[in-house]
Amino acid sequence: MNKKNELVRSIAVPVISVLAGLLLGAIIMLVFQYNPVEGYGAMIEGAFGRAYNVGEVVRLATPLILTGLGFSVAYTAGFFNIGLAGQALCGWIASIWLAMTFPDLPKALLVPLCIIAGTLAGALWAGIAGFFRAQFGTSEVIVTIMLNYTILYISNHIVRYVLTDNADATPKISPNASLRSDFLTQLSGGSRLNGGIFLALLMIVLVWVLMKRTTAGFELRSVGLNPLASEYAGMNAKKNIILAMVISGALAGMGGVVEGLGTFENLYVLSAAPEIGFDGLAVSLLGGGNPIGILLSSLLFGVLKIGGLKMPSVGVPKEIVEIVIASIIFFVGINYAIRYIMDKFAAKKMTGKGEA
Amino acid sequence: MGESQYVIEMENITKAFGNFKANDNINLRVKKGEIHALLGENGAGKSTLMNILSGLLEPTSGTIRINGKEEKISSPTVANRLGIGMVHQHFMLIDNFTIAENIILGSEPTNGVAIDNKQAYQDILAVSEKYGFKVEPGELVGNISVGMQQRVEILKTLYRGADLLIFDEPTAVLTPQEIDELIVIMKELVAEGKSIIIITHKLDEIKAVADRCTIIRRGKSIDTVNVADVSQQELADLMVGRSVSFKTPKGPSHPTKPVLKIKDLVVKENRGLNAVNGLNLEVRAGEVVGIAGIDGNGQSELLQAITGMRKVESGTVEINGKDMTGQRPRTITENSVGHVPEDRHRFGLVLPMTLAENIALQTYYKEPLSKHGILDYKMINSHARELIEEFDVRTTNELVPASALSGGNQQKAIIAREIDRDPDLLIVAQPTRGLDVGAIEYIHKRLIEQRDSGKGVLCVSFELDEILNVSDRIAVMFEGQVVGIVDPKETNEQELGLLMAGVPLERARAEVAQVKEGAVSHE
Repeated sequence: MNKKNELVRSIAVPVISVLAGLLLGAIIMLVFQYNPVEGYGAMIEGAFGRAYNVGEVVRLATPLILTGLGFSVAYTAGFFNIGLAGQALCGWIASIWLAMTFPDLPKALLVPLCIIAGTLAGALWAGIAGFFRAQFGTSEVIVTIMLNYTILYISNHIVRYVLTDNADATPKISPNASLRSDFLTQLSGGSRLNGGIFLALLMIVLVWVLMKRTTAGFELRSVGLNPLASEYAGMNAKKNIILAMVISGALAGMGGVVEGLGTFENLYVLSAAPEIGFDGLAVSLLGGGNPIGILLSSLLFGVLKIGGLKMPSVGVPKEIVEIVIASIIFFVGINYAIRYIMDKFAAKKMTGKGEA
Repeated sequence: MGESQYVIEMENITKAFGNFKANDNINLRVKKGEIHALLGENGAGKSTLMNILSGLLEPTSGTIRINGKEEKISSPTVANRLGIGMVHQHFMLIDNFTIAENIILGSEPTNGVAIDNKQAYQDILAVSEKYGFKVEPGELVGNISVGMQQRVEILKTLYRGADLLIFDEPTAVLTPQEIDELIVIMKELVAEGKSIIIITHKLDEIKAVADRCTIIRRGKSIDTVNVADVSQQELADLMVGRSVSFKTPKGPSHPTKPVLKIKDLVVKENRGLNAVNGLNLEVRAGEVVGIAGIDGNGQSELLQAITGMRKVESGTVEINGKDMTGQRPRTITENSVGHVPEDRHRFGLVLPMTLAENIALQTYYKEPLSKHGILDYKMINSHARELIEEFDVRTTNELVPASALSGGNQQKAIIAREIDRDPDLLIVAQPTRGLDVGAIEYIHKRLIEQRDSGKGVLCVSFELDEILNVSDRIAVMFEGQVVGIVDPKETNEQELGLLMAGVPLERARAEVAQVKEGAVSHE
C-alpha cells in the first residue's frame, strides 16, 4: 500500500516536472512571439523524425547514463562527486592514448583494453579525492572541482605536445579501437550511435545489483544514511569512502571512453571539462538516483538537446532553444517543490506514521 | 444546548492507516480547567489522537466538539483559531532567533511595514507575568537552558491565544528540578482558567500533576479515572493490560570466569581531556554489572572504548581472554560481544532502512544472510520475521523503515539483534530510556535471562531504579574512575547518590547511617 504510493509518486514527480518545464518553455516562446506548437513540433521532429535523429538521441544519452550512474553511487554513500567531468576526461584520454599506441591490435582485444584503461583512469582520478576525504576529511567537492581543472589542462597539453605535434586534435583512431559498428551506423541512418549503449545498459543492471543485492552496496547505502551506525556495526568508513568514489569515477571514466571511442573517435583541445559530467549530475538527480530513472532522464536530455537542434528551422533562435531546455531542467531540478505541493494535496489521505 | 462543562469532547475517533487502526473508537473528554493525562504505552495511539486534535491528521471517522460545538479541525491553523496549542516534545525553535522572535514567528505584530519589536516585547512580558514565569525576551534561544526553551514553547501557544494546551511528553528532556518547576507552571495555568492535556507514560508525574487520566491501549480508550482514586500500580496495569511488576524477579547469580577485564584504561573525550582516567573493572560470565554515575563521568567514552569506537590512550581491554585493546568494532563484535548503544537513533539504527535490514545490520556479511558478497533478502526478511515474533516487536511488517516504529519497539529490535547473536558479553547503555513500564519490564527480564544462561552483562544507566533492579554488582563511576563497587542488596539510593557525587565509600556509609540514626532518635 505504502510502497505502491511511493512508486506512483516517484513516477509522477518527474513527469509533472517535465510537463511544467515544457509549459514554461511554451510561455517563454509566446513571450518572444514564437509559436510554441511549431517550436515543439520541430523539437519532436528533430528527435524522432528519422532513424538518424533517434540514433543521435541515444548516442547523446549513452555517456550520460554512465556519468549519471557514477554520480548516484557516490551520492548514495553520502558524497557529492562534482568531478565526474574530470574523471570522464581522464577515461577519454586513457582510451585514446591506448588506441593510438596499439592501433593494429585486433578489435576484440583493443576495444576491451581501451575500455578497461579508461575505466581505471577515471577510478584513479576520483580515488584521489576519495583518499583525501578518507584520510584527512578533505571535502570531496572542493578536491574534485580542482581536479577538473587539473585534468583539463593536462589533457590539452597531451593533445598538443604528446599525442600530436602542436595540433588541436588527435587523428582519428583506427577502426579496430572504435565503438562504432557498420550495423549500428546503418541501422540509425548514419548517426554516431555506437556500441557504448550496450555497455551503458549492462552497467545499469550491474549498478542496480551492486547497490541493492550485494553486501558492498548494503554498506555503501548504510554509510550514506547513517555513518555513525555503520561504524557501530563494524563497517570500515575509510574503505567505503574510497570505494564509493572509485566506483563513481570508474563509471564516469567509462562515459569518457564512450565519447572518445564512440562519439568523436579522437581527442581534441577542450575549452572546458566535458559537459557529460555536469549533465550526468543533473540526469542522476532527475532520475532520483534510480538506474531506470537515470536511463529515462538520459534519454530525455537526448531528446531535448538533439530535438532542440531542429528548432531554429522554424525560426526559434538557438538562444531561445537553450532557455526552453534550461527551463525544463530547472523544473526538474526543483522537483522537491513539486513533491512538496503533491504532499500538500495528498496530506489528508497520506499514509503517515502509525505510531503514537 | 447551554455551556458545556467540557472544553474538548472527542467521540468515537477512528484513524486508520491502510489496514492498521492507530485509533479505534477512542473517546476523550477534557473538563474546563483540569489537567487531563493521556496514558499509554509507546505506540498505543496517543500521538495520533493529539495530531488529530491539533489538525495535523484528519480522523477516518468520529466527531470532535469544542466547548460543546461540533468542529472540523482541518488544519493546524483551524486548531489555533479554536484555541488549541501544542507544546512539542522536540522544541520547534530557531536557535539564532531571540525568545521574542521565536514567540511572534508566524503572527508578528507590525506597525504597518516593519515588525513592531516594542509591541512584541510588551505583549510577551505581559503574558509571562500573568502566569508567573519569567523570560528575557531579548535572549537568543541558543543560549538558554532546555527548561527555559520549553517555557518559550509554552509562551508561544499562549501568545497565540490557546485555551487548551497539549504537552507531549514534556518531562522527557528536563532535569528533576526543572520538572518541579514545570509542574508549578502547569498548575498556575489551570488556575488561570486554561485546560491541559499531558501525554506521558511516567506514572509518578501523573500522580503529581493530573486530575483525571484517560488510558489508551493498542488504539482503544480503556478507561478514564480520577487520579486521586487509583494507585500507580493500578495505572500501570490498566496501561499494559496485565499485572506489571516494577521489580524483575531474579535468583542469585552464579558468576564464573571473567569475560571482560579492564586494566588502567585511559580514554580521551572529544575536547582532548581524559574522560576515562585509569579505570579498572571486571565482568564475569553469569552476572550483571551495573555502572551508576551522573551523566558525563566517562560512561559513554568507556563503552565506546570497549567496543572499539573510540581510541584507547593507555591500559588494556581483555574480552573472553583475548586482548581487544584498540581493535576495530567488527573484530570486537566477532569476539562474541553484543552492544546496545546508548543513542538508538544515532548509533543503533539506520532509520530510513527497513526493519529487516536493521536487524541484519551486524550479520549481513555472513551466511546465511549473504553468500559470496550477495545478499539473500529472503533469508534477511524471514530472519527478521522470526525475531520480530520472538521479541514481540510491534510493527505492521518487517519491510517498514525503522523510523516508523515507536521508540520502545525500535529498542526491542536492537536488543533482538544483539541477543540473537548469542554474545558472551552483552553491553547495554541506557536500555530503557524513554520507554514505558511494559517495555522496561520486558527488557529487564531479557537481561536477567542472558545472565542466567551464563553470559556477562554490563549495563550503564542514569536511572538508579534500573541499576538497583538488574545488577548483581554496582560499579559507581565518578570522574572517569570506578570509585566503589557495592552490592545492590546492601546499598540504597542515598548511598549511591553520595558515591556518584564523589564521596568515598566509607564516608558515604557513615553519612547514610547517621541520617538513619538521626531519624530513629527523633522518634
